Amino acid sequence: MFGFISRRIAMALVVMFVVALISFLLFRFVGDPVNQMVGIETTPEQREALRQRLGLNDPILVQFFRYILGAIQFDFGNSYQFKQPVADLIGRRLPATLELSFASAIFALLFGIPMGIYTGLNRDSLLSKMFLSVSLVGIALPTFFIGILFIFFFSVTLQWLPSFGRGEVVALGSFWDTGFLTISGLKAIILPAITLGLYQMTLIMRLIRAEMLEVMRTDHIKFARARGLPNRSVYYIHALKNTMVPVITITGLQLGSIIAFAIITETVFQWPGMGILFLQAVQNVDIPIMAAYLLLTAFIFVFINLIVDILYVVIDPRLRTERGRA
Amino acid sequence: MTDNTPTVSGSEASEAPRSAMARFLDSDLLHSFLSSKVTVLAAFTTVVLMLAALFAPLVAPFNPFDLAQISIMDARIPPIGMEWSDPRYLLGTDDQGRDLLSGILYGMRISLAVGFLSVAFAAVLGISLGLISGYVGGRADAIIMRIAEVQLTFPAILLALLIDGIANGIFGNIDRETWAIWILTFSIGLSFWVQYARTVRGSTLVEKNKEYVQAARVIGIPAWIIMIRHVLPNVLGPVLVIATINLALAIITEATLSFLGVGVPSTQPSLGTLIRIGNDFLFSGEWWIAIFPGLALAILVLAVNLLGDWLRDALNPKLR
Repeated sequence: MFGFISRRIAMALVVMFVVALISFLLFRFVGDPVNQMVGIETTPEQREALRQRLGLNDPILVQFFRYILGAIQFDFGNSYQFKQPVADLIGRRLPATLELSFASAIFALLFGIPMGIYTGLNRDSLLSKMFLSVSLVGIALPTFFIGILFIFFFSVTLQWLPSFGRGEVVALGSFWDTGFLTISGLKAIILPAITLGLYQMTLIMRLIRAEMLEVMRTDHIKFARARGLPNRSVYYIHALKNTMVPVITITGLQLGSIIAFAIITETVFQWPGMGILFLQAVQNVDIPIMAAYLLLTAFIFVFINLIVDILYVVIDPRLRTERGRA
Repeated sequence: MTDNTPTVSGSEASEAPRSAMARFLDSDLLHSFLSSKVTVLAAFTTVVLMLAALFAPLVAPFNPFDLAQISIMDARIPPIGMEWSDPRYLLGTDDQGRDLLSGILYGMRISLAVGFLSVAFAAVLGISLGLISGYVGGRADAIIMRIAEVQLTFPAILLALLIDGIANGIFGNIDRETWAIWILTFSIGLSFWVQYARTVRGSTLVEKNKEYVQAARVIGIPAWIIMIRHVLPNVLGPVLVIATINLALAIITEATLSFLGVGVPSTQPSLGTLIRIGNDFLFSGEWWIAIFPGLALAILVLAVNLLGDWLRDALNPKLR
C-alpha cells in the first residue's frame, strides 16, 4: 500500500512538473512580458534595461526555476489587462467559485444518491423511468442552455430568484467573502448551483443505479435476505455500503470538472468568480492569468485525483493486496 | 438477435459471394436498428437536420447573410401564433431583423461542420497515435500514454478553452474572422484524441499477435503498411462508436465556446452564437431569439446521442 501511494505521489509530481513547464513556456514565450509593460514611446535601451532587470536574459532553466519558486509563493506576475498581481485577482475571486462548486456538489449528492437508490431498487416503476429519461435529456442539454432556461422560467417569468450576481456578501476575515450568511446570498446561489450540479447529479444517479442493480444480485445480499433481515437494513446497510466505492471515486473526480464547468455557469449567471476572470483572460490573451489558472486548476485536479486514489485503497480492502493499477 | 452468424459465413464459402448490400439487408445490425423505435426516430431526426443544414441555402426562406434581404424594421418580431407576429417569419426574427428559422439552419451548418471536422481531426490523430503506441510499443508507447494520462486529468472543455486562448495568443494579429473556425476545430479536436488512442492501442495490442499480422511481417512488409492496411481495418469498430458519441460532445463544446464568446465570430453565427445573442434579449421578453436555437441544438445533440448509444449496444457482442 505504501508503494502504491508513493508511486501515485510521484506520478502527481510529474504531472505538476509538466503543467508548470507548459505554463512557464506560455508565460514566457506566447506573450512578451516587456511589450505588455511599456508604452510605445519607450526606447529600445529602456526595454533592454527592463529585460535585464526582470531577468529575461538569464538562461531559460534559471528563469523556469524562478517561475516555479514564484508560483510556490503565489507570485504569478502581473495581469496584462488589470496591471495588478495575478495572485490578488484570483484570490479575490476564489471564494465565489469555491462556494458555488461546494453548493452544487452538495446538491448533486443530496439528490443524486436517493434518486439512484430509488431507481436501482424499483427499476420498472414509472417514476424510475421518468428519472432516467429526464437524465438523458439533462445530458443532451448543454449546461449554458439549462442556465438560460432556468433564468427564463424562474427569474424572468416567475420572478422568484435573482438571475445574476451573488447577492449580499459578508466578509469573513480579510480575504473571504461569503454569500452563505445572507438571505439574498442564499437565494442567488440556488439557480447557479443547480445548473452546475445537474450533470453531476444525473451521473451519480446513473452510477448508483447501476451499482445497486449489480450488488442486489450478489450472494451476500441473498444471504442477508435468507437470514430474514428486513428489506430496509438489506438495502441501506448491506447494499448501499457496497456501492459507495465507485461513487466516492467519481464524485471526487467530478469535483474537478465542477470547477472547470463553473466557467460556463459563472458566465450565464454573471457570478463574480475565477471562471469569468479566466474567460476574460482568454478573450484578451492575458497570458499571466491563463498560466496561473492552468497551474492552479491542475494543482486542484491532481490533488483531488491523488486523494481519491489513496481513499480508494483505504476504503476497499481488496485493492490493498494487489499491485498498483497504474 | 438470431444466432445465425456461423451458418452465414459457412455458406458464403460455397455460394457465390453476396453483394455488400445483400449482406447489410440480412445483418443483425439492421435488424436491431429497425426493432428500436427510438433509434429509428433519432436516425430520422439526425438525417433530416443534417440535410436541412447542408441544403440550408435551398431550404431556408431567407439568407441571413444577405444584407439586401434583411431590414432593421423587422427586428424582434415574435414567432407565429403570438401577437404582432408576421407570417413571413415562422419562428420570429432576431435583433437585426434576420429570420430566426433561416439563422438556425445556417447556424446548424456551422455547428455540424465544426463538429464533423473536429471529430475527424481527433480520430485521425488518436488512431495514428494509438496504432503507433500499440504496434511499436516501447518508448513511443510510454510517452504517448503518459501524455494521454496527463491530458485526461483535465476536462475537455477546459482544454479546448485553453488551446483556443493560446492559439489566439500565438496567431494573435492575423485575421481572426477567417481563422477562428479552424482554431476552434483544432482546439476541440486536440482535446478529444485520447479516447481514440487508448481504444485503438488496446485493440492493436490484441491484433498484433494474430497470425495474419505475423504472416505479413514474415514476408517483409514494412511496419507502417502493416499498421495501415492490416491492423487498422480490424480496430475501427469501437472507433465508430466513440466518434458518434464524440460528435454530440463536439457540437456541445463548439456551442459552449461560441456562447462564451471565444468560438466562431458573430459574422458566421453558429447555434451557440445565436443563443449568446438571444441571451441579451431574454429579460426584455424576446425569449424566442435564445430559446429556439437552443431547442434546435438540444434536439440535434439528443438525436446523435441516442444513435451513439444504440450503436454502442448493437456493436457490443456481450449484449447480444
